[in-house]
Amino acid sequence: MEDKKLYERYQRQIILNEFGEAGQQKLLQCKVLVIGAGGLGCPVLQYLTAAGIGTIGIVDDDTVALNNLHRQVLYSVNDIGLSKAERAASVLQRLNPDINIIPFIQRLTVENAFAIIRSFDIIIDGTDNFSTRYMINDACVLLDKPLVYGAISQFEGQVTVFNCRKKIDEKTVNYRDLFPQPPKDDEVLNCAEAGVLGVLPGIIGTMMANETIKLITGIGEPLINRLLTYNALNNQIYELELTTREETRSLIPANEILFKQMDYEWLCASSASSFEIDGDAFDELLENETIDVIDVRELNEMPAVNEFYHQKIPLKQIGESVTNIKSDTVVVFCQSGKRSKQAAALLSGIFGTSKKVYSLKGGIENWKKQQQAQRS
Amino acid sequence: MQIRIMIFGQLTDIINSNELTLTGIADTNSLVGELNKCYPALAETKYMMAVNKQTVTANTILKEDSIVALLPPFSGG
Repeated sequence: MEDKKLYERYQRQIILNEFGEAGQQKLLQCKVLVIGAGGLGCPVLQYLTAAGIGTIGIVDDDTVALNNLHRQVLYSVNDIGLSKAERAASVLQRLNPDINIIPFIQRLTVENAFAIIRSFDIIIDGTDNFSTRYMINDACVLLDKPLVYGAISQFEGQVTVFNCRKKIDEKTVNYRDLFPQPPKDDEVLNCAEAGVLGVLPGIIGTMMANETIKLITGIGEPLINRLLTYNALNNQIYELELTTREETRSLIPANEILFKQMDYEWLCASSASSFEIDGDAFDELLENETIDVIDVRELNEMPAVNEFYHQKIPLKQIGESVTNIKSDTVVVFCQSGKRSKQAAALLSGIFGTSKKVYSLKGGIENWKKQQQAQRS
Repeated sequence: MQIRIMIFGQLTDIINSNELTLTGIADTNSLVGELNKCYPALAETKYMMAVNKQTVTANTILKEDSIVALLPPFSGG
């Protein structure tokens, strides 16, 4: 390494055989984006700054509060009320003036996500809510960016690396392979509601920084397609292999334009079951309202439906065919009600509050049975 | 036939334990049915399931000493 000062700063990691000057060069050339400068973001940022990542972006629109300080160790009482992204950038720049730190004092939205994420090599999710987590996941899938994921709840934490392959032909796993749809916002409590032990994000965030450094330098075995859970109370570590799900891709918007139309907050605020309507409610809609009805089965699937007018858009294509949907009320159906539920969730994400989207519960099979029973 | 079930995160509040041992369960579908019967709140909760450290998305046969893990999503950061 030419610069003597640089060599001295990183000397203790450069002398590691596996790491060496080559490893340090890789870190210095890498651009890492940390979304959320809170409990997880603080240790991630601190260690990545110290390790010499060349460019670090920090996205956070929040300000420092007194009840953050037990776990968000970059901040002090003098920072209360000030921007986290700005304060973090200033503290970190003092720790390592040789690297480039870029604060984004804004909330990540569907509007700015692509522009911000695109220019970084690795994305780190240290956010505290499901709507942003699903949005980051979908953007990273579409932009093909490795995503280092960490999340905590009370005394437990999860860490993994999404969108990354060890071998060229390997399938990549993303968050929707674990949990295809976000939980309802009242289903899972966040730190503010459920509490969190201060050192837990310290441990999980440090693990996330470690995974990031391993990914960049190519040493060790990063948690690609493996999820690690850690319990701070009994120190139990449980690791499991992750697998892809067939339906995952259909839940992610097909491209940037459709991504920008997604309403992630709405998606998380509503429960999946509220999308469903039964046969009677459907008949009533058919009779009294102008609705778009869509068959999301594959084109030749039986039974054929002649009882009412409908469009045929298979589930896999539905994200790209939204312009064909004109009415304010939309009912999707399939054979058993399973695929249509996915379609309804996807469409609801796209249309937000502008359209009401329902899935026919029990599918067309059940509806036909019901019609027959009513006739006889 | 005995199977072990490890419970994570806030699912432990529903089940009141972080581990269960059950007998006479043939596959993951019947396990879910049995758990929903004993802990109705579980039916309304999202979680993923792993059998012997491998995530499962379809019904999976359970064998003697299978270890099943139930993991909810975490949002905290």
